Amino acid sequence: MAEAVTDVLAQVRRWREAGKGVALATVVGTWGSSPCQAGSHLAVSEDSGFMGSVSGGCIEGAVVTEALQVIADGRPRQLEFGVTDEMAWSIGLACGGKVQIYVERVE
Amino acid sequence: MKRDHLEQILAAQAQKRPIALATRLADGGQSLYDGATCTGAVALSAEQLAEAHGLLVAGRSASLAASRGAIFLRSYAPPAKLVVIGAVHIAQFLAPMAALAGFEVIVIDPRRAFATEARFPGVTLVTEWPGPALARIGLNDHTAVVTLTHDPKLDDPALCAALQSPVFYIGALGSARTHAKRIERLREHGLAELAPRIHAPVGLDLGGRAAAEIAVSVLAQVIQERYRRAPR
Repeated sequence: MAEAVTDVLAQVRRWREAGKGVALATVVGTWGSSPCQAGSHLAVSEDSGFMGSVSGGCIEGAVVTEALQVIADGRPRQLEFGVTDEMAWSIGLACGGKVQIYVERVE
Repeated sequence: MKRDHLEQILAAQAQKRPIALATRLADGGQSLYDGATCTGAVALSAEQLAEAHGLLVAGRSASLAASRGAIFLRSYAPPAKLVVIGAVHIAQFLAPMAALAGFEVIVIDPRRAFATEARFPGVTLVTEWPGPALARIGLNDHTAVVTLTHDPKLDDPALCAALQSPVFYIGALGSARTHAKRIERLREHGLAELAPRIHAPVGLDLGGRAAAEIAVSVLAQVIQERYRRAPR
């Protein structure tokens, strides 16, 4: 089959080849009923395009916002989302799980 | 992530080689691990390498316990393989569905009228007989085999090969009556005792009869068997 449009790393390469800044978010830890398993990727381009998933949709918006910062300053960072998060009622996980995400710039 | 690492991961995926990226979360240092050697800014201890090896073989990503969570290993395992015998109507639905679900799909049918690019756009087609074709493709424990032709000349050699291999799933289309006759034929090859490995009638019982619905039931059963054997 042809390369799937859902192939996140292939999309990262296409963005980089187009000269766009790209950040890659990866689920590095989960607790409870988090929908995405460890290793799940969300790639973000400097113009806010994104591909992949780290939560099934609950926190993608917040991760994209952080990823844009990572593209800008190049500093990798770790994010944590869950019901105990102070912003839980706005960007937390409805499933009650907790997820730890690592965001890095693709050089 | 270094651009070079990205390219090496994509190259390994294209060549169906397992590869993993180890990331030290505190400072972003990274190394590639191919199952034998680890190259890059992060040096793994013998204990960490052993753990990484186990994860890579299982196709799992996790923080290395031997690093107390300081190093995350992202495994990029080659996709599981689904080999379909019979370029028939159901296969036209099963092949693209399985590809979307992440399987590498190969359809075998020596009948060239069936195995055409027009009927299977973008699908890997093999027009050899199932016996030699499967011997060449290789059947391992990341492979599933499904026979769909209803024709013993085509299905039986594939089932014989699959039964004598470590494939994680074997399914054969056909009624319970057809399967009873099939087992009698397998008995002649001395393989009747292995016949319980064959899922027949094939697929989970979802109640659907349309080709697309049968394809869903077969794919669902393949996925179920895959994770029944693997750690969750």
